[in-house]
Amino acid sequence: MRRAVGALLRKDLLVELRTKEAVPAMALFSISTFVVFHFGLDRSSLDGSLAAGVLWVTLLFAAVLGINRLFVAEVEQGGFDGFLLAPVDRTSLLVAKALALLAFLVLVQLIAIPAFAFLLLGPSLWQALPELLAVLALADIGLAVIGTLVSAIAIRTRARDLIVPILLLPLLIPVVLAAAQATAPLLALDGAGPLPGRWLAILAIYDGVFGLLAYAIFDFLLED
Amino acid sequence: MTYGKGLRPLAALTALTLTAAFALVFFFAPLDADQGFVQKIFYVHVPIGIVALVGFMAGGVFAIQHLRTRDPRHDLRSYVAIHIAIVLALGTLVTGSIWAKASWGSWWVWQEPMLVSFLIVFLLYACYTPLRFSIEDKERQARYASVFAIVAGAFVPLNFAAVRMAEAYIHPRTFATTGGGMPGDMFLTFLVALAGVGLLFVTLWKYEMASKNATFKLRALRRTLAGDELAPVPRSAAPTL
Amino acid sequence: MTADLALELRGLGRRYGERPALQDVTLDLQAGRTLVVFGPNGAGKTTLLRVLAGLLRPHEGDVRVLGARLPDEGWRARGRVGLLTHEPLLYRELSARENLRFHARLHGVAPGRVDEALEAVALRVRADDPIAELSRGMVQRAAVARAVLHDPALLLLDEPLANLDPAAAEVLEPLIGRSSGRTRVVTSHDPAGGLAEGDIALGLRGGRVALLAPVAEIDERRVRELYT
Repeated sequence: MRRAVGALLRKDLLVELRTKEAVPAMALFSISTFVVFHFGLDRSSLDGSLAAGVLWVTLLFAAVLGINRLFVAEVEQGGFDGFLLAPVDRTSLLVAKALALLAFLVLVQLIAIPAFAFLLLGPSLWQALPELLAVLALADIGLAVIGTLVSAIAIRTRARDLIVPILLLPLLIPVVLAAAQATAPLLALDGAGPLPGRWLAILAIYDGVFGLLAYAIFDFLLED
Repeated sequence: MTYGKGLRPLAALTALTLTAAFALVFFFAPLDADQGFVQKIFYVHVPIGIVALVGFMAGGVFAIQHLRTRDPRHDLRSYVAIHIAIVLALGTLVTGSIWAKASWGSWWVWQEPMLVSFLIVFLLYACYTPLRFSIEDKERQARYASVFAIVAGAFVPLNFAAVRMAEAYIHPRTFATTGGGMPGDMFLTFLVALAGVGLLFVTLWKYEMASKNATFKLRALRRTLAGDELAPVPRSAAPTL
Repeated sequence: MTADLALELRGLGRRYGERPALQDVTLDLQAGRTLVVFGPNGAGKTTLLRVLAGLLRPHEGDVRVLGARLPDEGWRARGRVGLLTHEPLLYRELSARENLRFHARLHGVAPGRVDEALEAVALRVRADDPIAELSRGMVQRAAVARAVLHDPALLLLDEPLANLDPAAAEVLEPLIGRSSGRTRVVTSHDPAGGLAEGDIALGLRGGRVALLAPVAEIDERRVRELYT
């Protein structure tokens, strides 16, 4: 299993490195969205729950771009067949793709969040950086797990680009909700408040439940 | 399994229970001190909501059976349960909106966690039929639909918990008239209404299962008669046996 | 069920919607032999290959590939079957070497074999160029390398010589041809060439077996009749 996950992950990262398709597009999209928010809200400086909301909505929509494309190479180049013929556990594809998506999300956020701080954020990012990273970590795992699952469901349907967002958004509302609620006090104007633990708990439970569920049912998506 | 068996007495029982519920709502249940007559919509809104949620989760359970046994009949059960539940969920949203208008003055309120959660759940399950429709191969359609039904079924309770936590308020005024808890006559009416809607769900479910089974048997007969000349089934989201 | 039968099919059936793609296919194939499959388009040749590869579940009948019952024991046959179809199953942005390394890792094959395989298909020189930049013949050679990298006991070949010039075909003969010694199932549209390739001929029409005989007992005419 680990060998297969390693092989798949290396392949995906190599392809992304070669084509540079997903990550730059997602990063660019994030920055453009911040600009749109500036004009849409007519605000130059955000803080607290508004800042948290704008940040998480943007990260969510950027994630949708990456999720749409996650299995595209497999489907277009018959890669599913190549994988299905190998003597490996089929769930390794789920793990590998989720890790790849996680990597893309982290890379995009490394660009998008400083951009956010630069363009729109009032208070400083540094005032609660470790807590912010904790929220990001848990939320990113949720995005990666559900994103991979939904992408796998959608990829073999006809309307794949359309199915992904409509299926993904309701499923991710609890993640965005918890992440935004957790982030809001960290971006408060008058200094960071404490991190509300229950939102981290909700994120952790969500990640755990759907992680296990995805692991259990992923095989059924690949059969024929 | 013949779904048609016992359908008539069941339908009669449903009609009876719903009539009894109506009677209780209008003549027996107490008038709410603050909201007045409009509060009675609660006896429609909450039972429909509860049965819809149970229906979604039942759809998930049938889906698990389907994946385990690969028997397409489980997929049919799941499909029927889910799409009746979707209708009920829509009803929950509509009645909830009416109640919101009457109680708080606007057609939609975000502070009401049950309403908000239902909106999210409805948006999610609204994808079920388009997803099914977009997969042509019937076996794959059933399999993917089952995966969806399981994920969505697991999502429902998590979603309710998260939304509830987000709103500082608990579902207001449901059970309170004078002091906490639901007084006896309200509770009785509520139970009868809940039983009525529950029976309605089961009746509709059995009815649709019986109808679909009959259609498949008919088609199977036609197929043996006409052989290859039988016109293919047009693309649809509904399962086939 | 004897141990040296590479394939044992009894009443194999596979539907596509309501229509049968394969119906009541029954045959045996001994290890080391070649089954050549003829039939018009849509007859079920590709479906048969995909079922044998474990990519499609049989809907009816009993199927044993390399001793493993499909679909329940399919995992036992995986990794011992090599598939070559119209799709090269290679990632276009990666080079032949990178693709083969990926497949080697997936199949648990030693990395040294990648160089051997590239050498065997005469792709050493262009091994590090992206697949997208290679000609069709070269891509087909890379695909062959991928298909035999893990030294499969059973080869499933869907019109393998389609994109190849005679020189390339010669290079690949020891890998996927009769002299490779592997058990093979080859589809073909060329009656003469196909019969030369095989030991047993299978003719499919509308998913059913229209012809099943040792090659020695039939001639080209019999095969052509399938297409009328």
